[in-house]
Amino acid sequence: MTISFRGGVHPNDCKGYSAGKAIETAPVPAKVIIPTRQHIGAPCSPVVKVGDLVKKGQVIAETQAFVSSPIHASISGKVVEIADYPHPVFGTCMAIVIESDGNDEWVEGLPLQRDWKAIEPADLKEMIRQAGTVGMGGATFPTHVKMSPPPEKKIHTFILNAAECEPYLTADHRVLLEMPETVVAGCLITMKVLGVAKGVIGIEENKPDAIEVLRKATAGTGIEVVPLKTKYPQGAEKTLIRVITGQEVPSGGLPMDVGVVVQNVGTVVAISNAVEKGIPLIERVTTVTGGAVAEPKNLRLRIGTTFGQAIELCGGFKETPVKIIMGGPMMGMAQRTMDVPIIKGTSGILCLTAAEADIGPERPCIRCGRCVEACPMGLIPSMLSILGERNEFQVAKEEYDLLDCVECGSCVYTCPAKRNIVHYVKLCKAQNAAMAAKK
Amino acid sequence: MSAESKLEIGTLAVSTSPHIRCDESIAKIMWTVNAVLVPAALFSIYQFGLPALRTLVICIAVSMATEYFIQKWQDKPITINDGSAFLTGLLLAMNIPATIPWYIPVVGSIAAIGIAKHTMGGLGYNIFNPALIGRAFLLASWPIAMTTWPTPAGWASKVDAVTAATPLGILKLQGYDALVKFFGDKSDMYLSLFIGTRGGSAGETSAVLLLLGGLYLIYRGYINWQIPVCMIGTVGIITWAFGGNGGLFTGDPLLNILSGGLILGAFFMATDMVTIPITIKGQIIFAVGAGALTSLIRLIGGYPEGVCYAILLMNCVTPLIDRLVRPVKFGARR
Repeated sequence: MTISFRGGVHPNDCKGYSAGKAIETAPVPAKVIIPTRQHIGAPCSPVVKVGDLVKKGQVIAETQAFVSSPIHASISGKVVEIADYPHPVFGTCMAIVIESDGNDEWVEGLPLQRDWKAIEPADLKEMIRQAGTVGMGGATFPTHVKMSPPPEKKIHTFILNAAECEPYLTADHRVLLEMPETVVAGCLITMKVLGVAKGVIGIEENKPDAIEVLRKATAGTGIEVVPLKTKYPQGAEKTLIRVITGQEVPSGGLPMDVGVVVQNVGTVVAISNAVEKGIPLIERVTTVTGGAVAEPKNLRLRIGTTFGQAIELCGGFKETPVKIIMGGPMMGMAQRTMDVPIIKGTSGILCLTAAEADIGPERPCIRCGRCVEACPMGLIPSMLSILGERNEFQVAKEEYDLLDCVECGSCVYTCPAKRNIVHYVKLCKAQNAAMAAKK
Repeated sequence: MSAESKLEIGTLAVSTSPHIRCDESIAKIMWTVNAVLVPAALFSIYQFGLPALRTLVICIAVSMATEYFIQKWQDKPITINDGSAFLTGLLLAMNIPATIPWYIPVVGSIAAIGIAKHTMGGLGYNIFNPALIGRAFLLASWPIAMTTWPTPAGWASKVDAVTAATPLGILKLQGYDALVKFFGDKSDMYLSLFIGTRGGSAGETSAVLLLLGGLYLIYRGYINWQIPVCMIGTVGIITWAFGGNGGLFTGDPLLNILSGGLILGAFFMATDMVTIPITIKGQIIFAVGAGALTSLIRLIGGYPEGVCYAILLMNCVTPLIDRLVRPVKFGARR
């Protein structure tokens, strides 16, 4: 029997578009646009100038701040421009544009061969930092920071988040199927850095093939593969921890408060590459999908490839899309142009047709209570939306637990009045932050 | 292939996540509730004849027209197609005597939509169930007409059709034994009540048809089973305990459950999502309270029936219940 959590919704998973498609490695793009900010934390500053020749894997932007992550060239070639470019998360951001020389040459010394078992945890962590590893599920929190809990927080369990609960996305699923050894190695390295003996892989039961493959790959390692009920948001960090360990991350707390660290599938692959081969995070597997895409695929793409280039590799559009989203349909961000680049957190490029993206007109809340039942955080989402609508931002924060909302979107999905609850939640959060900043 | 691939895009829509919605809508919920009430409404026509049809048409038409004109006047989007005004009219018609003079349901529908719904801000903002406000308004304005029940023999023309008194009215004025004698024997009484061959408001009589409709709504997830179960259960227990002449637990719970407007109220009006608490725990409190008030009015109040006022009174405390009963926040346990 699989285990579950309170609340949640069951959207049609739409994974059939791309679940059966093996990962294809995209050809080296002629040009890449690499933003200097691809993570939560301090932005990086360029360390190259226009006209410089760079090699694949060379650091091109970095900063001394702890909560940050360096950025590397994803192709070899010439820096032709450093300027503001559209960014999938931040709107616009300074980016380094590199034109390929066609050689796709590694920076000297890469790739190399290292045995992680012989390396000290602190050195492993430094390798992970230097490789620019960040959380690749979309949040892009620097991985080395997540692996550095304060000493009073004793970590006892590492969880690999292989739930991939967002509809449409299949990148993690394919990675699990095609490179289970790398995934398991990444998990073991992470466990060594954290100093924990218990490792768990949580995976939704709609991926039985991956469960089987992982069970074989983890045999003898002590890592347990736990099938999870297929329900959104199974892969949200807090619900995942609740389901696997039975513990609830306290309100306002972090997973480390209950002794748990969670990493995404793409992230552990990047960790393994960083440690075993010395390869920095310059490419990732991304699902290009949606009803508008001619031939949905799982692509291994260089960071800095534009959405347009990736979609072209999938045969372009068979129907005009009305929405292009970075990430999945539940928490992804709608884009205004196809010129945004793939960044470290781009798990999917979703192109929705008019029919798929039809969200209907927003109506008044009829208090049906579906959002309350769907909320995995035990909030009253309808009230948050009403308070947001009436500019009662402080009431939302103080009386209706605004800050506990994880913006999973379950409430909006299930709402018969089609209320944009997450929109109001984000508005309330931003307004409260602005008020706090003013004081 | 890629050379000829299409990359044209129109204007891209940008909005907050999530980007997909389930296929439920307000209109779908409202029209489903309307649909499951149709059998009981048709039964009222079968029972009470053309006057019942006339009352239904008046209530629905005037409700929708009132909503249309108010929205037109206020320059708001016209939403009469979403089925909610239709539902208010339908429920009002089912809650009043079928043969009532035509102008009374006209006034009632205007009161329900105009006063109870739109002075509060329209759909979603009303504190009280509009149909019940309409009914209460009429009961206060025309107490005689509102309690003059037709003989349920319109097209049924049964020789032994019951006369123009409701079972609860007989129970109140003449006592339990008189009521049983009125129907013949006990099992005849239960059968009559269950099928609906009895006096009463137009659409409240047929317990079986209302139950079937209510069960379908539960199956579809449009109403929570806890509400009708708790409300009906509370009435059953209280009338069983205190409703008899021979001391504690000599009352007839089944009679009390099947008569009056309890089934209609518990399945279709105590479940009106706009006017009841939003959490299931709150809804249970609401339902038990409505059941207790119904029993109180029936047993010691001046009226034979109390479902309407009981639900309206509980509507008053819904905001209070919602303040006090909250879901347990994630991470707050222990």
